[in-house]
Amino acid sequence: MPLLEVRNLRIDFGPRRAVDEVSLSIDPGQTYCLVGESGCGKSITALSIARLLPTPPAAHPSGEILLEGRDVLRMAPRELQQIRGRTVGYVFQEPGAALNPVMRIGAQIRESLALHRPGSDSDAEAVRLLKMVGIPDPETRLKAYPHQLSGGMQQRVVIALGLAPQPRLLVADEPTTALDVTVQAQIIELLRDLQRHLGMAILLITHNLGLVGEIADRVGVMYAGQLVEEGPAIEVLRQPRHPYTRALLRSVPELGHPARRLVGLPGNVPGPGDWPQGCRFAPRCPVVRPTCSGPSPGWSSVAAGHQVRCPFTEG
Amino acid sequence: MIPPPLLDVEDLRVHFHLPAPLFSGSKAVVRAVDGVSLTLKAGETVGLLGESGCGKTTLGRAVIRLGPVTSGTVRFDGTDITRLPESQLRRRRRHFQMVFQDPFTSLNPRFTVGETLREPMEVHRLGGTPAEREDRIRELLEAVGLEAGHRHRFPHEFSGGQRQRIGIARALAAEPRLIVCDEPVSALDVSVQAQVVNLLQDLQQQRGLAYLFISHDLAVVEHLAHRALVMYLGRVVEEATARDLCRRPLHPYTQALVSAVPVIDPASKRRRIVLSGEPPSPLHPPSGCPFHPRCPVAEARCRVENPALRDLGDGRKVACHREA
Repeated sequence: MPLLEVRNLRIDFGPRRAVDEVSLSIDPGQTYCLVGESGCGKSITALSIARLLPTPPAAHPSGEILLEGRDVLRMAPRELQQIRGRTVGYVFQEPGAALNPVMRIGAQIRESLALHRPGSDSDAEAVRLLKMVGIPDPETRLKAYPHQLSGGMQQRVVIALGLAPQPRLLVADEPTTALDVTVQAQIIELLRDLQRHLGMAILLITHNLGLVGEIADRVGVMYAGQLVEEGPAIEVLRQPRHPYTRALLRSVPELGHPARRLVGLPGNVPGPGDWPQGCRFAPRCPVVRPTCSGPSPGWSSVAAGHQVRCPFTEG
Repeated sequence: MIPPPLLDVEDLRVHFHLPAPLFSGSKAVVRAVDGVSLTLKAGETVGLLGESGCGKTTLGRAVIRLGPVTSGTVRFDGTDITRLPESQLRRRRRHFQMVFQDPFTSLNPRFTVGETLREPMEVHRLGGTPAEREDRIRELLEAVGLEAGHRHRFPHEFSGGQRQRIGIARALAAEPRLIVCDEPVSALDVSVQAQVVNLLQDLQQQRGLAYLFISHDLAVVEHLAHRALVMYLGRVVEEATARDLCRRPLHPYTQALVSAVPVIDPASKRRRIVLSGEPPSPLHPPSGCPFHPRCPVAEARCRVENPALRDLGDGRKVACHREA
């Protein structure tokens, strides 16, 4: 049984649909990367997994989010409290904003332990967690306030907080975007290590295709609220089939393989509410055909476990 | 006679004095830029690489006198501009412009696009009659891929990529010869970054512009720059052609930077150098070579002696004892 199965998820903000018919599944111990540009709905999808979106303004008019077989969208508040942290842990983009600025690091970790793993609420356990995420001199750091740590160290603390309840799925939303490249490399190595040792699944939200290549087992590419391509990372990155995935891969220069000219996409990423009829990528698509403005394309399977929301995948 | 380089920076230092902490005597000094030399020819792009806090933005601002200079000289087209009074500097400013990182805060929200582009022309008395200036605004908008009709709109009506185009048009309005670009594509969506990178390349070709391109993104610098410099804690640790720097880095820090760039192809077998620790605070720089606490190949003398930037020929310079 998959650890997480999202089926036909829709998320609305008032009259605007932000996420439309998203389906994906993550097995225990797997790393799934959700890739896309700003406003595509990737972060909102991630937040809805533990129902962290306030309703209203958000609404889930249809779909299911099955976490270990139980639908998160139908859970009572008490049940939600059980899964938050313990089944699904979160690591957010801005470590500065995710930590309580007036609480010592140790107290923040112990708070999470007391809530989710009563009995293991101790300084010793907090030190073990800080050590695990590679914080030097963890005993002293317990007494530090967040502002006394660098951005990279703060992000490690946020990861330690996410790990404290020993979740089965860690959702990391752009965990390295605010960090320098050498520190980003450290955090990615750390996530890989932790996954090997703890066997948890990771859902990584990112716009950085390089990170996907480094860490993902499976990839879902989102555009304008929909998944447009989904499959094993190695296939999607080496043989992308959706015109948007192809364009994304050609629009970033790659170190050591400089192209004469980058192939950018015309126009801009449409925001929720501005999605065109039919295929939402059609107005920017380099291989658009007249039929693309017709009914919205469904899924075409291109290989085992690799599917594309575009009927024209050869070419 | 060889013409002088367009920009010639010699031993530039920018030091900031922080107020002394209460009860403890000495004032702290941050050496944000500590003895940097560089040259830039007309029509050339030089990339300035480094992580946050390395001094690359401070340097970029100092060379066009947008920020303070503590010592050293900056020559623009043969003239020393380091200590020119503002009255004389003003006439020259049109030759060196800047494009900023954040397209949301670097445009005046109360100016229409037309007003934003007209202002530099008025300040520098360019563009002729008011009617000729309007024609010029139209030309500029078209040159950066916007429409003439956009000149009546306000910045909030545009997307990030479009705003960055407006920022570039504003820099071009003064008819500059050098543009300092401070992370001009970092805040943009991936599919939009390529548009702006291509635009900068086209404009350089059409107008012979020189760029000092400040970035933390090695791949963009390799793609766009002719030469590149890597900064660490206020100093240049390596200089080479952009291609050599990214393919055969010599300084251990550059090697780590290059190896830290994630590779898209999941099958690539590449050894990554993961540095321990983080860039040190410029308030408390380490002794000797500032990189030694994180350097995987540091030796005893690296802890005491700061290596000079040595010329290895072929336009390559490295500040490392191992490359002596």
